[in-house]
Amino acid sequence: MLRTRTSLLSGALVRNYAIVASPHSLVFLEHRQGNLDSASLSALTAASQLGGEVTGLVIGNPEEVSSVVEKAKRLNGLSTLLHCASPQYGTLLPETISPLFEKLLSQNSHFTHVVSAHSSSAKSILPRVAARLGVPVVSDVTSLEHDAASGSTTFTRPIYAGNAISTVCAPFSIPIKFFTVRSTSFAAAGAEDAVEIEVKTLGPIEISDAPTEHIGTSLTKSDRPDLGVASRIVSGGRALKNAETFQSTLYPLADALGAAVGASRAAVDAGYADNSLQVGQTGKVVAPELYMALGISGAIQHLAGMKDSKLIVAINKDPEAPIFQVADVGLVADLFEVVPEIVGKLKQ
Amino acid sequence: MRPSAVRLLNILVPIKRAVDYAVKIRVNPEQTGIDLNVKHSMNPFDEIAVEEAVRLRERLKDAVKSIKVVTIGPPKSAETLRTALAMGADSAIHVEIPESAPAPEPLAVAKTLRALIERQKEGVDVVILGKQAIDDDAGQTGQMLAGLLGWSQATFASKVVVDPELKVANVTREIDGGLEELRCKLPVVITTDLRQVHLTASSHPVDFHFFKEPRYASLPNIMKAKKKPVEKLTSAELGIDLTPRLETVKVTEPLKRVGGGKVANVDELLAKLKEVGITGKHA
Repeated sequence: MLRTRTSLLSGALVRNYAIVASPHSLVFLEHRQGNLDSASLSALTAASQLGGEVTGLVIGNPEEVSSVVEKAKRLNGLSTLLHCASPQYGTLLPETISPLFEKLLSQNSHFTHVVSAHSSSAKSILPRVAARLGVPVVSDVTSLEHDAASGSTTFTRPIYAGNAISTVCAPFSIPIKFFTVRSTSFAAAGAEDAVEIEVKTLGPIEISDAPTEHIGTSLTKSDRPDLGVASRIVSGGRALKNAETFQSTLYPLADALGAAVGASRAAVDAGYADNSLQVGQTGKVVAPELYMALGISGAIQHLAGMKDSKLIVAINKDPEAPIFQVADVGLVADLFEVVPEIVGKLKQ
Repeated sequence: MRPSAVRLLNILVPIKRAVDYAVKIRVNPEQTGIDLNVKHSMNPFDEIAVEEAVRLRERLKDAVKSIKVVTIGPPKSAETLRTALAMGADSAIHVEIPESAPAPEPLAVAKTLRALIERQKEGVDVVILGKQAIDDDAGQTGQMLAGLLGWSQATFASKVVVDPELKVANVTREIDGGLEELRCKLPVVITTDLRQVHLTASSHPVDFHFFKEPRYASLPNIMKAKKKPVEKLTSAELGIDLTPRLETVKVTEPLKRVGGGKVANVDELLAKLKEVGITGKHA
């Protein structure tokens, strides 16, 4: 739909002044065990590209927040840092976090944009907040451009599993523009800023009657690099027979390369690997320096998750496998024969 | 007849008709969108949501009073509703939009669903929908609906256990790096991820099996589906404006990745890796 006139203004938020304000973005800085998530640092880079001021927001339980704030203070591109601590923020339940966002973004706020990584937490929280404020969200942004004169922001984002790129414009009539960012498209912001930035404490909004309760979390433990940020990934498909074979074949190769391990949807569905290893349209999107696809045919939905990798190497018995159309280096061979050979030669 | 203290559950499953996942997408020459003259089918994640609702009824039996499916779409979306009815839904609602109208954005869909839910005299206890549509890949509608209603939400669900007496749903969901379990008070909005774990009749934790595929409707069920009621509504009747807020400037093809050549053996492969500085990593 080309350039439809959008005259509908949200009932909840209305711009009160005619002059276009300079951008001021609120960046949701997620963290785990005292460290900032790299994907949030990509969101910060994206926010910086809008121009104007950038305010970071750290939310968590009291034990974690102070050490995260120390690290966040030095992030390149931040103008101000807000933090809010409460035991109830130990798990990021949208129902308890949303009221805090809504208060920050209420009628008199100066924020023009709300930015986050395309993480499972942020994806669950931001749309809930945006809907309550009556504004849309642009998901999984790969590039952006803000036009200061018109107060409109134009984004690109993948659609149809990345087989098409949509360029969308959020006009001035959208008073707060929410968007999540594809981390592989924006470099993580560094933390060398010597400038003292303003750090403010926010009072938490205690929710006593939340309809949702967190019961437990189980994270897959691994000594390997995290799939989302690894620079090398070794990934297996349905050809890997079963969970034991998947591990005994791929793990030595991953270890030899210092790589993370990924899997195709077929391999995860068949129980060879955990859900959290799935690479693809509906799993993780990765863009490492090296992506090795072993016994993966290369379905559209898998390619959607890895086709931006720097170097793609594919090993498959089938010379016609679609993966060879995107692989920079292809080897038609039985992976069970060649992978051990590769591991042996890499160790020399 | 003994009086029942258990509230009977009314389940609503919003579904979307989208370009079939196996179609090779082509951007049109005008760069305004993709060629839509291709096969369409129910969004796979919504298919899983319908299946989840039907399985909840199989497990909870009479505690599930109704399973309603709803779609906002052009006349052809009626076929998608019939498929869901053949899979086991009881009735359908079609909020019909003109063939030429742009697909509504997630916020507009959420507002429409809220308006519909508020019209349901018997209420709605569980809304189950797919986590994302495979055309726009937005993944926002469920969360927006939950926000508008102020309900509990559980996204990316892989296991749903509803207790109608306690009026809660225990949901296991996929998060970055693992799984999380939530206890959600009804009413709740649940969005389904790709894989669903189902408990067998004994409900013993070890007796679960991985979900295979959504059921394909049998011919008798397809025939039965033809008689199930489909209510037709317009967005105007619901008082909702479906006009998009975001302007699509253009739709383009991504940079094409050209495959490199094939190598003959492991040594050649390793030589290629070495060229770009990739050698063994010594721990």
